[in-house]
Amino acid sequence: MGRARAQVEAALLLAPLLLFIALTFAAPIAVILWRGVSDTEVPRAFPRTLAVLADWKGRNLPGDEAFAALAEDLVAARAAGTLNAAAGRLNSDTPGLRTVVLATARRLARGVEGSPRAAILAADPAWGEVETWGAFRRAGATPTDTHLLAALDLRRSADGTITAVPEERRLFRAVALRTVWIGFLVTLLCLVLGYPLAAALVFVPRRLFGLLLFAVLLPFWTSLIVRTAAWMVLLAREGTVNQAFLALGLVVEPVQMLFTRTAVLIAMVHILLPFMVLPLYAVMRQIPRAQLRAAASLGAGPVAQLVRVWLPQTLPGVGAGVLMVFIQAIGFYVTPALIGGGADQMLPYFIGFHATQTGNWGLAAALSILLLVGTLLILALFGRFLGLAQLRAA
Amino acid sequence: MRRTFIFAVAVIGLAVAEVATARDLTIVSWGGAYQDAQRQVYFQPFMQVTGLRIVEDTWDGGIGVLRTRAQAGNQTWDLVQVESEELLIGCDEGLFEKIDWARIGGKEHYIPQAVHECGVGAILYNVVLAWDRNRLQAIPTWADFFDVQRFPGKRGMRRGVKLTLEIALLADGVPRDQVYALLRTEAGVERAFRKLDTIKPHIVWWQAGAQPPQMLGAGEVTMTTAYNGRITNANRAEGRNFGIQWRDSLFTIDSWVIMRGSPNRDVAYRFLDFVKDPRRQASLLPLIPYGGTARGANEGLAADLLAVSPSNPDNLNVSLMIDDAFWMDHLDRLSQRFNAWLAR
Repeated sequence: MGRARAQVEAALLLAPLLLFIALTFAAPIAVILWRGVSDTEVPRAFPRTLAVLADWKGRNLPGDEAFAALAEDLVAARAAGTLNAAAGRLNSDTPGLRTVVLATARRLARGVEGSPRAAILAADPAWGEVETWGAFRRAGATPTDTHLLAALDLRRSADGTITAVPEERRLFRAVALRTVWIGFLVTLLCLVLGYPLAAALVFVPRRLFGLLLFAVLLPFWTSLIVRTAAWMVLLAREGTVNQAFLALGLVVEPVQMLFTRTAVLIAMVHILLPFMVLPLYAVMRQIPRAQLRAAASLGAGPVAQLVRVWLPQTLPGVGAGVLMVFIQAIGFYVTPALIGGGADQMLPYFIGFHATQTGNWGLAAALSILLLVGTLLILALFGRFLGLAQLRAA
Repeated sequence: MRRTFIFAVAVIGLAVAEVATARDLTIVSWGGAYQDAQRQVYFQPFMQVTGLRIVEDTWDGGIGVLRTRAQAGNQTWDLVQVESEELLIGCDEGLFEKIDWARIGGKEHYIPQAVHECGVGAILYNVVLAWDRNRLQAIPTWADFFDVQRFPGKRGMRRGVKLTLEIALLADGVPRDQVYALLRTEAGVERAFRKLDTIKPHIVWWQAGAQPPQMLGAGEVTMTTAYNGRITNANRAEGRNFGIQWRDSLFTIDSWVIMRGSPNRDVAYRFLDFVKDPRRQASLLPLIPYGGTARGANEGLAADLLAVSPSNPDNLNVSLMIDDAFWMDHLDRLSQRFNAWLAR
């Protein structure tokens, strides 16, 4: 009785926190992910048209009843104020369709003379093309795979077959690969730089330890944007680094560093290094020094001590550090956006681009799904090969 | 206690209702230095002359905001300054009142580009080619912008497909009046990208309007695209010596719209009638370098002001108006292609 009551009390105490997490974290993510597989604008504006198109094969132009339904929907949606959003959605499928839809609706609103079919075809010849109607079908279903396919550079034609988008518009597969590649490079550099640093933290005298730890933690206390902006100042053409190089005679004229891949890597490594060093340090600190002395007393040289005693015991720290750095790296947005060039932008940039610039939330959400699924896959792979239990020890 | 509370709520409710029915003209603009200048040149003189009060608000754009406000019923914004794209969409959706031009001097009072069914042009501004006169003696054109042999060095462009394609075609010798017709064809888009290919490794992409003057000042780029206002401000405030090429620059117009259902329509017209005065519009230029839209807003100006005024006929007649209808249709697809091109 008393125990049950205590549990209820504990649950009640936790309730605000759980509610907070549900409302501010879980729910928004769920809503965004849902947008990646749903389409609401066109069904809201064109219910009759979509109902007629449900049995359409997508090979020839649909029949008269589809035109009649379209005419009704266009006029009704225009009056209800739902037409613009739907036209925008159709336009992101087929450019130019926005104007076609809005202009046709404007004309029909003035009155339809003769058959709807003739009136619509007279308003714009685009209605005589099968793919125009295909756009309605692509944008009219929930759940839909349209956005997810677009995130993989694929699309569905009117008759339902999946094809790759034309060469000059293929983008996201390359971006996904680039995202993973930059994440890999950053992780590798962090490991190479962070491992000796973490070891140094364990072995240096106490006074120096404080200083080193302070240096590692310092970046934590300044905001990400400030640190990125600082790199802009340092790496600019007439920035500090170039001036130093020129003064030392290392280069004859300033080197282009800002807006390059190198700049992105430097800044990302700088920002993420603590996430590598701290787990490594936490694991290394727990390795008894006596083991190294014991190995030495049994005849192991410095290399054998390192490779056979020290290294294997630091692996959980390596795993934790690598995972933390990599997962954060593939989600980086601000740093590449500010100091990277056009070919250095990663998936998060394109999520932001479509959410804010083109207003294509479906595609932005589908790209988010791509990133999330990719991250979870990597996490699963790690769990399988390195063992998450080991990571927990770190 | 409880009764007092209810009473208090009722009183506040009445007060709010009172304000809502007989409120002052609410004008919404972009804030910052621009709205400060507007206040000095338009808002305060209007209040002094008419004895009416103006309530100011600011926003940062977005058709969604206007939609929500139009649907809310109780309209609390009267006059809003909008960008050209919001003007097009909002007018189409019926969010704005149709302008009665007879009440504000007739259409002939304004330059033709400033006249729209739902909006009165407020200011005109350009994206121009800018360079640092201290480093580059020549007066470059877009063709020179794409000629890294004759003019070595990096080029700054805004990261995005909009205007980038237009500039590529202009540099390739396409006359201003044919640019958008050509961009509506596949061959035109192809030609623009081929032209961009020629200087791709030399382009530094900027994103925020504050970047181009910084990049010019730091010698990061030899030439850059930039907003004319940013360049003039850098010359005025930071003592820079940047040049502006008006020929084949691209301009757009921000407009005043009257929100549909505004209870202050008459006062709004009085305000629009007040600000249509060319002399008054001209007095904005020394504060912030945006061009007036009334005919004659540039007459009698000093040479230094004429040189930086986007609506100075000498500048305006060699500029190209950005075609928002084109971009509303094609931004999605061309952005995708641009990003793919950028990634190659």
